[in-house]
Amino acid sequence: MGCWILNESLSVMFVLSWLGVNFYLFIDTFCWYEEEESFFYTRVILGSALAWARASAVCLNFNCMLILIPVSRNLISFIRGSTICCRGPWRRQLDKNLKFHKLVAYGIAVNATLLDSLLTVNLEDPSNRIANPTTELLTTIAGITGLVISLALILIVTSSTEFIRQTSYELFWYTHHIFIIFFISLAIHGAGRMVRGQTPESLLLHNITFCRDHYAEWKAAAQCPVPQFSGKEPSAWKWVLGPVVLYACERVIRFWRFQQEVVITKVISHPSGVLELHMKKRSFAMAPGQYILIQCPAISSLQWHPFTLTSAPEEDFFSVHVRAAGDWTRALCEAFGADGQAPEESRSRPRLAVDGPFGATLTDVFHYPVSMCIAAGIGVTPFAALLKSIWYKCCESQTQPKLNKVYFYWICRDPSAFEWFADLLLSLETRMSEQGKTHLLSYHIFLTGWDENQAIHIALHWDENTDVITGLKQKTFYGRPNWNNEFRQIAYNHPSSSIGVFFCGPKALSKTLRRMCRLHSSADPRGVHFYYNKESF
Amino acid sequence: MGQIEWAMWANEQALASGLILITGGIVATAGQFTQWYFGAYSIVAGVFICLLEYPRGKRRKGSTMERCGQKYMTKVVKLFGPLSRNYYFRAFLHLGLSVPAGFLLATILGTACLAIASVIYLLAATRGEQWTPIEPKPKERPQVGGTIKQPPSNPPPRPPAEARKKPSEEGEEVVAGAPSGPQENPIPVTDEVV
Repeated sequence: MGCWILNESLSVMFVLSWLGVNFYLFIDTFCWYEEEESFFYTRVILGSALAWARASAVCLNFNCMLILIPVSRNLISFIRGSTICCRGPWRRQLDKNLKFHKLVAYGIAVNATLLDSLLTVNLEDPSNRIANPTTELLTTIAGITGLVISLALILIVTSSTEFIRQTSYELFWYTHHIFIIFFISLAIHGAGRMVRGQTPESLLLHNITFCRDHYAEWKAAAQCPVPQFSGKEPSAWKWVLGPVVLYACERVIRFWRFQQEVVITKVISHPSGVLELHMKKRSFAMAPGQYILIQCPAISSLQWHPFTLTSAPEEDFFSVHVRAAGDWTRALCEAFGADGQAPEESRSRPRLAVDGPFGATLTDVFHYPVSMCIAAGIGVTPFAALLKSIWYKCCESQTQPKLNKVYFYWICRDPSAFEWFADLLLSLETRMSEQGKTHLLSYHIFLTGWDENQAIHIALHWDENTDVITGLKQKTFYGRPNWNNEFRQIAYNHPSSSIGVFFCGPKALSKTLRRMCRLHSSADPRGVHFYYNKESF
Repeated sequence: MGQIEWAMWANEQALASGLILITGGIVATAGQFTQWYFGAYSIVAGVFICLLEYPRGKRRKGSTMERCGQKYMTKVVKLFGPLSRNYYFRAFLHLGLSVPAGFLLATILGTACLAIASVIYLLAATRGEQWTPIEPKPKERPQVGGTIKQPPSNPPPRPPAEARKKPSEEGEEVVAGAPSGPQENPIPVTDEVV
């Protein structure tokens, strides 16, 4: 419970501090331009539009600085990997990087609209005495770059709507690269030095407080020589240089990783249309629960698709299970000969590029003496890696880990798509019984969808030793689990332990499980405690 | 993956341009700048474009996400028949609408955006794309009892189907609360699934 409050409040605090910095910059700049002496005469001409415009420009600079950072994927993985600053809840904030990117983008859009309107008002203002504002716009550097920046921003925004992202990701990705034009124009936007204030030397000679009321005597009086003005030098580049360099490094890293060789050591084609790929890559280190991005240049040079890793870190290869569920995955399965045609030796396997691993890890499982792992539907994939890792740590290694009991629940509507996982469970079951460690893993499979024929078949084979659907020793249950009973039973079996609960699946079940954890944890500090780990994979 | 449908992007771009024209027009008219009547034109043109572009066309492949409440405007836009279907017409219409707004500084951004939308529509038209309205699907009336076999009259545990001789009553609720069949449970049965 405390974890949940901490987790959500961290996000809220983060957003509030971002808003706070924006407001602070806005108000601080506004007040500065309203009160600063060197801009006194500029204010006489432009009024408070100057201060408003400059304030929103500073906010724009700030947001443009921030926007590139959340999309530097490798930087974020690096921060997450370093254990110095990132524990638990802080690490989870890093998973929300895309949300932050969108938030900052909204900030830029709002500030840009404000600035555009103010500058239009500025240029059109009769006291500014610009004869033809449109010509003014199109002949100055500031005007042209301003128009280009605004157009670039609008094009990026219209091609980034959720609809376009879903219908044509390539359009979104290609158009997003207009940001290069955006940043270049932003850097040279101030080169025209249009914002003019009085020079410090002129301020020393020209006493504003006296001279402002004695305009007629300016050239004549000794106290009022004609004031000299100079344009403010461009400052946007100072804000964005760092993140631009960082992002450039990020793209270089991605390209370098793309060039790195990925050796495909094994290709297994499962009957349910699932392709298992075993790969090797130099200096690849993973933890269970993480995912990688795979690109196949032969299919599409642009698309990187995420797949959860299904191998344990202790193995000398890493593997993913790919189900043919869309255009790209179907093409991949075809390319590897998973559609039934025997792959000829002459047909070379397509090259793959791998980026990652990314994402939160499930390693916390090993910190508890008892762990409950609950997977619903496709959420079972990260647990494949975890179960294998548990097997390696507990049965193969010499040291005794802290973990000595795992309860695994798998709730599934259609098991045929995951029969590879049932095979994994079967092999684990046999290996554990060989080693005499059958008590380590206790798994329960719940089938929530069946038709009448299946029901009859199951009823007829009820009394057999192994389960008719999965072939495992533990029988499959039908319907959803009764969580109250399950938690009660586990609490009874382990009266004074701390039990970690790990879940991957839909939100509704996540809420239920959290409630169960609260209900069945005892108030006594020495009693049983369920700790719900909210990880999103 | 798949073919890019340019018209989808053109639609988003045109809608955004409409909004920008309205905003620019309001700034110009409220500020009472010189030639502010171009601002007034820009507001009207912007509203027209927003109304025209609001109903999203149907994608060639796959399902299309409708905009909230677009079915009313779909009916109106459909009335124009080939004029609304053809993207060549839309491209030139937008190009024409954008020109007057280009004379005023406040709306020049709107002009540029609308011109770009017009170019994208032209591209879409050359690729043979067309605006097809999203028709609401007629609601299928659920056939009551069509696929349901005789529901059981007893609560579980039940004897197998062959032993069930009693004719069952109509209805889809099997057991909820007190059963009205001949079997009475000694202990009240409740659903404990939370």
